[in-house]
Amino acid sequence: MFAYYLQLGLRSLRRNPVLTALMVLGIALGIAASMTSLTVFHMMGSDPIPWKSSKLHYVQMDNWDPNQPYGDDGSPPDQITYRDAVALMQAGKADKQTAMFKLALPIQPANPQVKPFMALGRVASADFFGMFEPPFRYGGPWGRDQDAAHARVLVLTSDTNEKLFGGQDSVGKTVRMDGVDYSVVGVLDKWKPRFKFYDLTNGALSAADEFFMPFTTAIDLRQRASGNNSCWKFPGEGWDAYLQSDCVWIQMWVQLDSPARLAEYKSFLDSYVNEQKRLGRFPRPLDNRLPNVTQWMQAQRVVPRDVEVQTWLGFAFLTVCLVNTIGLLLAKFMRKSGEIGLRRALGASRSEVFRQFLIESGVVGLSGGLVGLLLTGLGLIAVRALYADYKNVAQLDWTMVLTTLVLAIVAALLAGLYPTWRACRVQPASQLKTQ
Amino acid sequence: MLAMKHLQKVYRTHLIETHALRDFSIHVREGEFVAVTGPSGSGKTTFLNIAGLLEEFTGGEYKLDGVDVGGMNDAERSRLRNEKIGFIFQGFNLIPDLNLFDNVDVPLRYRGFNAAERKRRIEESLGRVGLASRMKHYPSELSGGQQQRVAIARALAGSPRLLLADEPTGNLDSLMARGVMELMEEINRQGTTIVMVTHDPELAVRAQRNVHVMDGQVTDLGEEPRLRVPASPEPMPA
Repeated sequence: MFAYYLQLGLRSLRRNPVLTALMVLGIALGIAASMTSLTVFHMMGSDPIPWKSSKLHYVQMDNWDPNQPYGDDGSPPDQITYRDAVALMQAGKADKQTAMFKLALPIQPANPQVKPFMALGRVASADFFGMFEPPFRYGGPWGRDQDAAHARVLVLTSDTNEKLFGGQDSVGKTVRMDGVDYSVVGVLDKWKPRFKFYDLTNGALSAADEFFMPFTTAIDLRQRASGNNSCWKFPGEGWDAYLQSDCVWIQMWVQLDSPARLAEYKSFLDSYVNEQKRLGRFPRPLDNRLPNVTQWMQAQRVVPRDVEVQTWLGFAFLTVCLVNTIGLLLAKFMRKSGEIGLRRALGASRSEVFRQFLIESGVVGLSGGLVGLLLTGLGLIAVRALYADYKNVAQLDWTMVLTTLVLAIVAALLAGLYPTWRACRVQPASQLKTQ
Repeated sequence: MLAMKHLQKVYRTHLIETHALRDFSIHVREGEFVAVTGPSGSGKTTFLNIAGLLEEFTGGEYKLDGVDVGGMNDAERSRLRNEKIGFIFQGFNLIPDLNLFDNVDVPLRYRGFNAAERKRRIEESLGRVGLASRMKHYPSELSGGQQQRVAIARALAGSPRLLLADEPTGNLDSLMARGVMELMEEINRQGTTIVMVTHDPELAVRAQRNVHVMDGQVTDLGEEPRLRVPASPEPMPA
């Protein structure tokens, strides 16, 4: 009977084109409004590396001003100092670990056809690649030995490799950056995390990295971070004073493969800070934190408050559209009272009538969902046009396509419940005489 | 086939009670063609609705083909209605956006027949009313008489034991009415019990028995019928 009712539902859509168009459009607009913001919400809010997000932990230590906490809520700084980063890296207590910062450097291409350009990159440790798992097209990451040797090596992203070497295998070739030659050890394949989850302090939606360079090498060459840098007291003059200061500018991630390893690392971190306290640093109460990827996303409010509000508003609008749909479905179904009475007389039970009209509501929902999907696509194009930062997150993936259709059908079924209930309460006897 | 004893039907609102049927008793034997007559508001249609299980009664007893329908739920009544009863209405009651094939298909869908069986029955019943060649036509493309024939084909498709007709020729001119009446007589000759509500005396005299209803009660049960087709013996109610 499902196929029969589906067929009747489709036929019924054609019967009153204007009413049908109003209902479908109502649902489609509501769906588009809610799904456009929900898509951004979903793309920014969902786990970007679900297979290991619980093993990757961001390191936070409170070395801040004793008189004023770093965060309004008393939270510790969102980056650490260079000297602490180096100490933690040297201790090597995590399964994998990387200290990193954002760096902008001019690239001077060997090819005279390509003009020099400013490239935004990431200074990191060798473990970065094993931790965040970007795919390689050519070569591979540099090793810990190259970290130790302060090797002048680079990993290029596919876009940079395209720009500099026309997409050819550039492993072993040289790239000159800010007057220094670096050897390419690897080229990434297309790696498009929806947002830069490994560097939330400099903006989840900030531009993608164009190259990767060893941490030790960058420090060697006295490269200052082009990302956030915060100090609570004067760092002193010169590079060495800066490195020894309490200014925070380094991000540190550790990979801890089990809860036991996490507990061990936390304990190590506490010991380290207590030791530093004895040396007169870390004047605030002990507050070391090791949030995992999703906890760090929440702490950093990756999904901005206004996206949350927009999503709620979208759903409120969908509710209004559904209330409207209830009225239209009721009008549509009540116009069919004669047919309902007849079907009852010919043997349809109330539950059969209920099924028929609920399926008809579902057909309206599916149609609304398909049109809504189209409008959602247009909505996301508008979001991308208005806010360039959102270009990677204002994208429909299959999950959201499916969610849109399921939401539209469920919404229409909910809207159809009352009209359907009314339809199956139609008294057949009263209808048959009046036809 | 149809036995009602002391049937009551009361419509209640918070202000008044209306007794549509009171102490209504009738027995229709298998194979009979009974016309139920009476003035407007006498309870003819209420009787037909209750007989067709479209309405519930408030008192008394009703047995359809030996089955007491009193305590049945909606699904059971719907199944019984689908299997045993065919309806013919004054207004034909065809679904306008379904073609003749699909209109006749409606009761068969609820019966759960497979596609081949439904097709066979639809073709056979439309053939029986002389409309086999117009299966893909829509009701609006037919005359009133033809539409009523489709309604009869729809009623017959499920092979019901009882055909309930409510003013079946009320919307037809005399020529078409005669044709429909002849078709019903033919159906009755083939063994289907027919109960027809009408206030057309010319139509009523063509039935085997006239039952007269007045103020919700049977005032005249008519003469003992002479059956056109021998039916399975069924005791008359006491």
